[in-house]
Amino acid sequence: MKRALNLILPLLLAIAVLGFWEWIVTARHIPPYVLPAPGAIAAALAGNFGSLMASLLTTLTVTMEGFIAALVAGAALAILFSQSRLAERALYPYAVILQVTPIVAIAPLILIWVGFEHINLALTLIAALVAFFPILSNTALGLKSADQNLLELMHLYGASRWQILWRLQFPTALPYLLGAMKIAGGLSLIGAVVAEFVAGSGTATGLAWRIVESGNRLEIAMLFAALALLASLGIAIFAVLSLLEWALLKNWHESALSQRN
Amino acid sequence: MIRAGGVTKTFAGGTIALDNLDFTIAPGEFVTLLGPSGCGKSTALRLIANLIQPNSGTITFDGPAPAIGFVFQEPTLMPWARAIENVRLPLDLQSVPHAQGNSSAAQALARLGLSGFEQSYPRELSGGMKMRVSLARALVARPKLLLLDEPFAALDEAARFALNDDLIALAKQDGITVIFVTHSLAEAAYLSDRVLVMTPRPGKVAADIALAQPATRNAAWRVTPGFAALQAQIALSQGGAE
Repeated sequence: MKRALNLILPLLLAIAVLGFWEWIVTARHIPPYVLPAPGAIAAALAGNFGSLMASLLTTLTVTMEGFIAALVAGAALAILFSQSRLAERALYPYAVILQVTPIVAIAPLILIWVGFEHINLALTLIAALVAFFPILSNTALGLKSADQNLLELMHLYGASRWQILWRLQFPTALPYLLGAMKIAGGLSLIGAVVAEFVAGSGTATGLAWRIVESGNRLEIAMLFAALALLASLGIAIFAVLSLLEWALLKNWHESALSQRN
Repeated sequence: MIRAGGVTKTFAGGTIALDNLDFTIAPGEFVTLLGPSGCGKSTALRLIANLIQPNSGTITFDGPAPAIGFVFQEPTLMPWARAIENVRLPLDLQSVPHAQGNSSAAQALARLGLSGFEQSYPRELSGGMKMRVSLARALVARPKLLLLDEPFAALDEAARFALNDDLIALAKQDGITVIFVTHSLAEAAYLSDRVLVMTPRPGKVAADIALAQPATRNAAWRVTPGFAALQAQIALSQGGAE
């Protein structure tokens, strides 16, 4: 009953808002280049379904590749940090600099360096850069958070560095990593969108570019359609990563247990 | 035989945890280190386990250092691993084949009365059962020396009494040397062949008391004058030390 209500309530609200939106646009004669009615947006979506899906796929590909690159690089660097205090001291400040410098400011440089002929590589790199830091910092924290007594026990039984890493530090870090992945998934989508904006029309063909293009042509219904798809993509990424988190932690981690009650 | 000679341990910051600690423990003995918190009992255990090094003095064994089992104050189980996987850990770390490790671990769990709970996660077990898993893990690799650091302090009385009896029986069966740390006088009196009473800051042995234990110890023994006499014997020497 409570679960059903959790689904029905937001749905009812959405129907009410869309209904009101449709009504006010018609009743007040709001021009479609200011605010198109939901019906018009749906029509734009249906009318351009093929090309919008192609754009969605482009943006999804850049987002996923950026995300995976960030995941691999962030986790690998975190493991390096956990094994070598020297490496951590030397490299961590640069990771922070990378994090605090706004990506919009670096994006043009990356596009020039990588080159417009490798536009997708440049976009992926930008998406990866945005998503990289949360993975690195959370995983590094997780790897350091191993229970001290368990660590002593491992030493007592003569465990090697890799046994400790694999059997103790990595499982300890897993909830941290999964939490970071949920943040990084959203960030890599933002990175992909920013990258497409900076790359500009004619080179990028993803959803963000469709938004820029529609805005320039005052096709606001189309803009909304692309925006809706972009939001859906973000929600889908978050949902998949939440599901992954739940599947991996459901048996033992407090976060998954409290949800059950 | 375990010999500690003039062992001193000072921590960063200048706290002297142990000062000139001397004792000898014979094979198969059940020895309790008794003292208030902060007297360096846990530090002494960690030194014996070679997890930390003394500033001066030595801890020596007859021959090479024996295989050691260690039980902490907390159950210290891996929450992501099932009971049997937790117990198997020492064997896994020594690359014992999986099937052999599983059967040894199941056997160790059975000795502690946990048959049927092999596949349970720690969160599904009570405090007493978690401590039993921890004890099974300490015994699975057949240690010669078992070190326990206030293992039952957080348990309710019924669980603690049951584990006291099981620990005595298991140690006797395996013929292992046990060094048990506690701040409970009654627990020390019930378990030990010998009690080393320690004084706090800096920790040193103030009294070394041999206890004449009866052939069988059980709930009934806890309410006899004989048991009260053992406690009095320890209490008196403790009083003299302070």
